[in-house]
Amino acid sequence: MIHLALPLTLVAILAGAGAYGVIARRNAVLVLIGVELILNAANLLLVTMGSVLPDTLRSGHVLALFVITIAAAEVGVALAVILALFRDRGHVDLSEPGT
Amino acid sequence: MTTLDVLFAAIGLIAAASAVLAVTTRHLVHAALWLVVTLGTLAGCYLVLGAELVALVQLLVYVGAVVVLVLFALMLTRAPIGPSPEHTSGPVQRVAAAVAGAGVAGLLGAVLLTALGGRLVSTREGRTHGVAEQLFGTWVWPFELLSLLLLVALIAAFAVSRMPSATGAEATSPERRADEAVEVP
Repeated sequence: MIHLALPLTLVAILAGAGAYGVIARRNAVLVLIGVELILNAANLLLVTMGSVLPDTLRSGHVLALFVITIAAAEVGVALAVILALFRDRGHVDLSEPGT
Repeated sequence: MTTLDVLFAAIGLIAAASAVLAVTTRHLVHAALWLVVTLGTLAGCYLVLGAELVALVQLLVYVGAVVVLVLFALMLTRAPIGPSPEHTSGPVQRVAAAVAGAGVAGLLGAVLLTALGGRLVSTREGRTHGVAEQLFGTWVWPFELLSLLLLVALIAAFAVSRMPSATGAEATSPERRADEAVEVP
């Protein structure tokens, strides 16, 4: 038995930290870390709900697995975009205008 | 407080603290390493919630692959070692970001806790047998589609990373046009 308040609080903290990271960071890789935190908050909510709701399809867990896979694909493409950006501009500072 | 409550509180506290550190630290590489701690402790949270398969996949894919990719990105973009304040934006934007982050956390927490917070539930739905049965039964076509998505993402990443000739030509073309304009008269 577990109180649902704890996982839900952690979901809120993770999503808030991720939102702060996406807005406050200037380095593209650090913005990506914020996005990962938001994705993990969504994942934790999916797993929590999947664990406690009587669902015969196990949607929560399966969708959490799907989100993890899509996050891996997203990070691969994002790394390629960041590398192209770095080769083009010489830096990955998102607050400076491009050349 | 039940045993699972205590376990989850201990692991979740580490996860929350390392998540906040990952977005606030001034060391670039430390941010990626704090992300490792966050993702690893989240795998522990999944274990406490009874989702063994998701916890293992989180460890394998997130800690094993995604963080390594992030570290590669940091290395390939010549991330400086040591504290570097220029990676975080100015104080005004940081305050705005803190307000936005606190707003997201507050609103999300308020809604979720009001809707579901008071419940004391048992975590019996996440056993690997049932999840695997559904994953390769009901969800098999989305699952196969995901492998196609991974292939497309791999090819797209390859294509994007081999694109610099086009962007390089675009970057130099204005100068060339300026040179021609000078030479014409």
